[in-house]
Amino acid sequence: MIQTSPHAEAALTCTLDERSLYLRRLVLGSVRSAGRGHVGPALSLIEMVRVLYDDVLRIDPKNPRDPDRDRAILSKGHGCLALYALLADRGFFPLSELDGFCGPDSILGGHPEYGMVPGVEASTGALGHGLSIGVGLALAARMRERSYRTFVLLGDGEINEGSVWEAAMGAAKHGLDNLVALIDYNKLQSYGPTDYVLPLEPLADKWRSFGFAVQEVNGHDVGALRTVLKQIPAVAGKPTAIICHTVKGKGLPAAESNADWHHKNKLTDSELDAIRVAVGDF
Amino acid sequence: MRNTAMNMVHKLAARDERVLYIGSDPGAGTLRAMSKEFPKRHLIEGISEAHIIGMSAGLAMEGFVPYVNTIATFLTRRCYEQVAVDLCLHNLPVRLIANGGGLVYAPLGPTHQAIEDIAIMRALPNMTVICPCDADEAARMMEQTLDWKGPIYIRLGKGGDAIVSKAEHGFEIGKAIPMRPPGDVLMVTTGIMLQRALAAADLLAAQGVRAGILHMHTVKPLDTEALLQAVRATRLLVTLEEHVPSGGLGSAVAETLIDKLGSGLPAMLRLSLPDRFMHNYGSQDSLLKKHGLSANAIATSIEHALAASRTSSPQLHST
Repeated sequence: MIQTSPHAEAALTCTLDERSLYLRRLVLGSVRSAGRGHVGPALSLIEMVRVLYDDVLRIDPKNPRDPDRDRAILSKGHGCLALYALLADRGFFPLSELDGFCGPDSILGGHPEYGMVPGVEASTGALGHGLSIGVGLALAARMRERSYRTFVLLGDGEINEGSVWEAAMGAAKHGLDNLVALIDYNKLQSYGPTDYVLPLEPLADKWRSFGFAVQEVNGHDVGALRTVLKQIPAVAGKPTAIICHTVKGKGLPAAESNADWHHKNKLTDSELDAIRVAVGDF
Repeated sequence: MRNTAMNMVHKLAARDERVLYIGSDPGAGTLRAMSKEFPKRHLIEGISEAHIIGMSAGLAMEGFVPYVNTIATFLTRRCYEQVAVDLCLHNLPVRLIANGGGLVYAPLGPTHQAIEDIAIMRALPNMTVICPCDADEAARMMEQTLDWKGPIYIRLGKGGDAIVSKAEHGFEIGKAIPMRPPGDVLMVTTGIMLQRALAAADLLAAQGVRAGILHMHTVKPLDTEALLQAVRATRLLVTLEEHVPSGGLGSAVAETLIDKLGSGLPAMLRLSLPDRFMHNYGSQDSLLKKHGLSANAIATSIEHALAASRTSSPQLHST
């Protein structure tokens, strides 16, 4: 059974501020334009990506390949609409690109591609790849004596993949305290509840036993995320895992904790009306 | 061949600080000298091939040139998606050094026999596939891997294979080596089938059949120019490979000829392993012999094919 966490309870009830609503409007605008998109996985992720790009990552949108930049990999590539919204808002590419999502000549595909999208560090979409790549980036920083840090955002369904746990062992072996894994723990994967598909609990204990310093947080609480992410590494000499308790589809009542909104095709007029009520006109 | 390739990693590491050795769980003492001289660049990362490929991609993104090493089947089958996505899609300079290509691990059974590795590696965009024939060629090949742009799959033989390559042949990735001029027959080989082809050519010569040999150490990119040049002068084209019939050297040659020659195709004979897993053990040699890939069997197959081509259809296929 999924253990009841105060962070999970808080994630269900917490309200969203105007910037979080604005980012959701960007995401849902892309979905409306394209007539498709992974809505639920993006909406659970928004505050995690927001705090990273607004407050934590040392990055320069005008110099996205700066060797000293922090690296961030969206390992759950299907959550890319949240990443695209942040990258566009931060100036990595024009906001107008969001309207072309999944279009034939767009740089923005249904999963993010390195070399296509400024600010995207690795092509993801096949699950279970990002943490290993992150281990390589973090190990390279260590070997080259560079100060950049590596952040990898993982889905909870994604960590069904055994390769994630191989990577976790590797990160711990090398004591990569410049590596942070953020787990979007919305407790709902494509088919249904994580607890039904492949139970993850006790999740914090798993990461701890794999050699990580573990933090748990309400993944929609911007202030709490800032606090946790500004205390990296949580423990010197250990990689950090931050379990972000989130709600799939957060911010849209119809989509919240609803597996039918994992991937959404054309939005109906009544759904568009409901979205406007929830996040404002877009 | 394996020791030579390993020692070359050490040699390259001494010359270039980008070079890393990454093993999963190799034999005790693998590259011990390198581990002492460059401990931070000699990484043993456990039986976790999917992770190792991803990690190597991350290191390559930061400018390192990782040489990843384990048994061929584990370096291909186990982590195919990581090879496809992390290495090939990103086009990163990671080198996969595959121990025991083909039937080297004959006694260990089908889990360890890499009989379709060329096909699945060759199918990936951006991947280069190289099968050296002997230790000397492996050394020349390794020299060329340092600055090659994308990923490379290196299929190593057993070790102790007869040295048949020569320094004057040189080595250039993607450039086939004409070992004998084309005659009635042209054999196109890769890896350790070259030694069998040379012996078969001698047997055929004793029968009055002139057999040329083109050593295609690089299966991808295939040396189209050398192939087209060589087939012009021959009556029968024969491909030899320690591999299943689909997707390997024979397929690559046939595809190229169809694309380039259209209807003017030469008579062709593809000699390979059958399309099935091996359920016999023994040795690499005994399994090759069992499946018609000894020098004697190759020569016999070619004689039969030549006879058939005089009397019937020019399109021949045999496995």
